[in-house]
Amino acid sequence: MAGKTLYDKLWDSHLVTQRDDGTALIYIDRQLIHEVTSPQAFEGLRLAGRLPWRADANFATPDHNIPTTKDERRQGLEGIKDPVSRIQVTTLDDNCREFGIFELDMNDERQGIVHVVGPEQGATLPGMTIVCGDSHTSTHGALGALAHGIGTSEVEHVMATQCLLQTKMKNMLIRVDGRLNPGVTAKDIVLAIIGEIGTAGGTGYTIEFGGEAIMSLSVEGRMTVCNMAIEAGARAGLIAVDQTTLEYIKGRPFAPKGEMWEQASVAWRELVSDSDAHFDRVVVIDAADIIPQVTWGTSPEMVAPITGEIPDPDKESNSSRAANMRQALKYMGLKPGTKITDIQLDCIFIGSCTNSRIEDLRAAAAVVKGHKVASTVEMALVVPGSGLVKKQAEAEGLDKIFIEAGLEWREPGCSMCLAMNADQLGAGKHCASTSNRNFEGRQGFGGRTHLVSPAMAAAAAINGHFVDVRDMLLTQDR
Amino acid sequence: MPLDRANVDTDFIIPKQFLKSIKRSGFGVNLFDEHRYLDKGEPGRDNSQRPLNPDFVMNQPRYKGASVLVARENFGCGSSREHAPWALDDYGFRVIIAPSYADIFFNNCFKNGILPIVLDSKIVDSIFAAVEAEEGYSLTVDLEQQKIELPSGEAIPFEVDSFRKYCLMNGLDDIGLTLQDADKIKNFEQRWRGASPWYFGVQG
Ligand code: SF4
Repeated sequence: MAGKTLYDKLWDSHLVTQRDDGTALIYIDRQLIHEVTSPQAFEGLRLAGRLPWRADANFATPDHNIPTTKDERRQGLEGIKDPVSRIQVTTLDDNCREFGIFELDMNDERQGIVHVVGPEQGATLPGMTIVCGDSHTSTHGALGALAHGIGTSEVEHVMATQCLLQTKMKNMLIRVDGRLNPGVTAKDIVLAIIGEIGTAGGTGYTIEFGGEAIMSLSVEGRMTVCNMAIEAGARAGLIAVDQTTLEYIKGRPFAPKGEMWEQASVAWRELVSDSDAHFDRVVVIDAADIIPQVTWGTSPEMVAPITGEIPDPDKESNSSRAANMRQALKYMGLKPGTKITDIQLDCIFIGSCTNSRIEDLRAAAAVVKGHKVASTVEMALVVPGSGLVKKQAEAEGLDKIFIEAGLEWREPGCSMCLAMNADQLGAGKHCASTSNRNFEGRQGFGGRTHLVSPAMAAAAAINGHFVDVRDMLLTQDR
Repeated sequence: MPLDRANVDTDFIIPKQFLKSIKRSGFGVNLFDEHRYLDKGEPGRDNSQRPLNPDFVMNQPRYKGASVLVARENFGCGSSREHAPWALDDYGFRVIIAPSYADIFFNNCFKNGILPIVLDSKIVDSIFAAVEAEEGYSLTVDLEQQKIELPSGEAIPFEVDSFRKYCLMNGLDDIGLTLQDADKIKNFEQRWRGASPWYFGVQG
């Protein structure tokens, strides 16, 4: 009999019962909660007169609607100008209080984007099943946890029963062999993967990312990769547990301590796919082939290397794909054959649950240090993923580097990743963004998003157009 | 209450501006908002001060407190918003009688404890006629026996999927169903807590 994949192990260890129709009840260890997708779930509990099955399994923080300027944040809840947004945030506070759920509220120093804060607090641990009413919950798979996004009625279901109804996915392995080139980051890996397999390539699968290039990433880099598993169509992404994982977790507030830590870390070491495990699909990519990536269209799979150019729909043999490309180019206001380095930028956004951790900010700061943002760039935001990331960055002086270079240093939140708060990209404006979605209107009505790594966004800020960050790093080294 | 109009869509049932709400309850006052009131409704407004449309059937005193809605074909078409059954339920409707329904709406009704009954359009016609002719007309819906009892003593049989009937009779939604396995969940939890105590209540 073949061995088990990591996904098989996580599934089996959480299987409560299997029904005749193939659906299974899966026990959920942790539910993360934010203000947008939870109110109706709490309301449903209240209407049915139910209580959370296990209040201590839930962990909440507001992020989507939170303003990110210092001035607004100083005013507390009053600083949220849009009344509908404010109500969502205060409703989360009220619900958490009523149901006894742990919350890092807007004014807590530890508040931030739920997918940044969960791992940072040790609230998401290896071997857990983790859900959140948010598709980027896949992020937490970087720690060897089975984590995926769910809908609001499922949020309520998990609150009330501590279980989720699921059918098992298939297993996919994406192996990135060899070493990364200098200046190439986790973001470039995952964009290259999506370019290769497409945004539906992972549909119906849980993707395990492995291989030397993945395992030599830090946990933060691994989170960047798993974060975008959903952009490849997979609800969950996974990475095996190794020494790097354990070192990351040790000492975090919610992580086990002392004797329990010893026991847990032994158990977590088992969270790897067996060497003879069967995968339904295997994709192998050579790390040496990956160079910095830039998306040019309105889907993350519309991506090109920085040395490339915008492809020509007329040369695309698949007619529906060609039509999509034409539609995307029209929206983006770009022409086939344009060099990626000729794309001019109006805005820079460094942030989001994909790339707003301390390493991301360090990488961006290293590039902008001693330079100035190009005069043609109208807005350049750096939005740390959490209050603690912000604090760390300030302790390292990164905020000064950004401010001196002419970037704005903001308070933590989702910000212009989805523009649900006041941070919006103007119509027709091009933005180099470290977020995960370049859909039409994602960052603001009519806004044009290009997904890149933090270093690439920083390099674009200084030059006013995309450049190969590897060239800049070389000059700096000299 | 008779709603004599075919193809009533979910925007008719609850207009889109109310979807911003953070709640699942409280939609009843905005049920059929664009037809029930003469002005445009907005979330958060005090609806008691708004001018009512005297021509809309809902505003006729004789239908106050109605819990059975009689409707025409393709009731509940349009967007899949679950807010539509939420609004009907919140207002107090328990049963809908119509010749046909939009698919998603039909499913959403069961999820929210509303019984949508499908009857031949000729029978629906006769119910419309009877309700309109007689003030205070009332009928009894017996889900267990799957029949509608008319004041005349006549009974009209109706069909309902047996599993859905079971869920409605026992007040079970998806959560209720899962909770039937509560013992299994508890057993699992106990075992899991023993094997992996670090996932339970360890906190900074
Ligand atoms: S940062 Fe963006 S993608 Fe991440 S949770 Fe917030 S809105 Fe969603």
